[in-house]
Amino acid sequence: MTEAIIELTGVRKVYDTGAVQVEALRGIDARIDQGEYVAIVGPSGSGKSTLMNILGCLDVPTEGEYHLACEDVSTMTEAELAEVRNRRIGFVFQQFNLLASLSAWRNVELPMIYAGVDADERKERAVAALGRVGLGDRADHRPGELSGGQQQRVAVARALVTEPSMILADEPTGNLDSTSTNDILGLFDELSTAGRTIVLITHEHEVAARAHRTITVRDGEVAEVVAS
Amino acid sequence: MNFRETVRTAFEAVQAHRLRSALTMLGIIIGVSSVILTVGLGQGAQDKVREQIDALGSNLLVVAPGSTTSSDGVRGGFGSASTLTLADAAAMADQTVVPDVEAVAPTTSTSVSLVNGDTNWTSSLVGTTTDWLEVRSRTMESGRFFTEAEVESGARVVVLGPDTADELGLLQPVGQTVTVDGTALTVIGVLDAAGGSSSEASLDDTAVTPLSAASAVSGTTGTAVSSIYVQGKDQATLGAAYAEIQSLLLNLHGVTADEADFTISSQEALLDTANETNRTLTILLGGVAGISLLVGGIGVMNIMLVSVTERIREIGLRKALGATPKVIRRQFLVEASMLGLAGGVVGVLLAVVGRVVLPPLIDQPVSLSLLATSGALLTSLALGIGFGVYPADRAARLTPIDALRSE
Repeated sequence: MTEAIIELTGVRKVYDTGAVQVEALRGIDARIDQGEYVAIVGPSGSGKSTLMNILGCLDVPTEGEYHLACEDVSTMTEAELAEVRNRRIGFVFQQFNLLASLSAWRNVELPMIYAGVDADERKERAVAALGRVGLGDRADHRPGELSGGQQQRVAVARALVTEPSMILADEPTGNLDSTSTNDILGLFDELSTAGRTIVLITHEHEVAARAHRTITVRDGEVAEVVAS
Repeated sequence: MNFRETVRTAFEAVQAHRLRSALTMLGIIIGVSSVILTVGLGQGAQDKVREQIDALGSNLLVVAPGSTTSSDGVRGGFGSASTLTLADAAAMADQTVVPDVEAVAPTTSTSVSLVNGDTNWTSSLVGTTTDWLEVRSRTMESGRFFTEAEVESGARVVVLGPDTADELGLLQPVGQTVTVDGTALTVIGVLDAAGGSSSEASLDDTAVTPLSAASAVSGTTGTAVSSIYVQGKDQATLGAAYAEIQSLLLNLHGVTADEADFTISSQEALLDTANETNRTLTILLGGVAGISLLVGGIGVMNIMLVSVTERIREIGLRKALGATPKVIRRQFLVEASMLGLAGGVVGVLLAVVGRVVLPPLIDQPVSLSLLATSGALLTSLALGIGFGVYPADRAARLTPIDALRSE
């Protein structure tokens, strides 16, 4: 049996808006193993964004436990969570979230700055990561000089560069045309083949179909798990 | 994230918004340079007064005659009476009565016309004794001052101020003869320039002669003098010298302190009065400038708050990538203090330029004091940090989800 990267046990998340209490997650149990490629799907309002925030250590559950690579992150402070995010998770966002004033490699370098990697090694690794996603010759370009698909590749390089336990992609193809979408999904296939753990949040079934396993969330609960 | 990285990131943020950063710094720049310049102006004015008063002689007391009161009750100004005499001056030179007096120089002063060939010049003729040179802290540029013997014998000799010699067209004054109100006097020396600014020209435009020669020129025979310059032994005992002279003169004139027919003024008293006025003005202006510096600081806070709101996605991203609240707080604090310090440095440079450009325009010296400069610099840094705390805290408290989700 392979090692579990993610283990969710009875995770509940309640948003207290003062007047109303909204229960976004109603007790999720899930396990994702090392090297898996998992898609989390669900209609809007299903709680998949909340689940993604918790998986990404951007938020903590109200109740239940979340073990990320055997560490219990459900009770961590914000500073500790920041450190775990830095070390364990590579984010890919729908909006790319690149800093417009920095060149591609300087964007890729960012997480390593917070990890305390020294400058020479940072540049070397950033350029290598860009090479990995096929943008070795664009290291000095700013995001504004790159196409949407290329920008998302830079974001993937940034997610890869710290060698995280998993890549967490939140609607990574939501802002891309079909060519770029295939491009990025092809890249994910490659990374998965190379042994990376990938968790992809999406509402598009053809995107989810590329994953090994699909977890469907509905009304704050896991409705269905399908292996493909 | 080490400090160098923080500084670099902050510098890049400042650089990415050049115009805005410059406008933010403008408040600090104006505040810092005006604080330095107003303090510098006050300091300059004080230095100038000090210089002028020092030029009059050090440890100097000036005894002037009191005012006259005519029969119909009209009182003249100070010095209009002739209550001071050579005898008073002689008494003051007595070391047993006034031990704290170093030297005494009674002087008469009259406006005279000096003639050299076909050049004539109106100046003041000062009749005095040999101590005058020392008491008034003057030195000789050429020739010599007159001697005790010349004062005794009433020798017809004169020492000219440098400006007077120039105006009379005397290239080699020593040994020449000038006619002073019809009396021929031999020039035996020329004084060094007393320094000071143009308003002190009278110190360099004068003719000094033995008392006896002066009375011969003016045709007076009395022993009245227009003022007596007294040099105290040193600064510390000047007060004692003042008291000694006062009681001596009251005794000699047989009057009480209320009826005193003379006034004694010390240069220190003048200096204190002038400095008091300057200090008040400096504090007032410096205070106004300080307020503008404070307003500049508030400007920094304002822009930093805008910056936090505008860069909310960036903050969210940095947090998602592993920046702790502490790192974010430090980044914004460093950014704010960088704006403050940079504004301070530019403000100091502006003040240095003002130090050069202003004096000719306003005819006032400006002296840059190290204290005011470093103080203003530190204040600008402190303002940057102080007013950066709140925006930095706001940035640090943002939750990554909210920050990332914001549009």
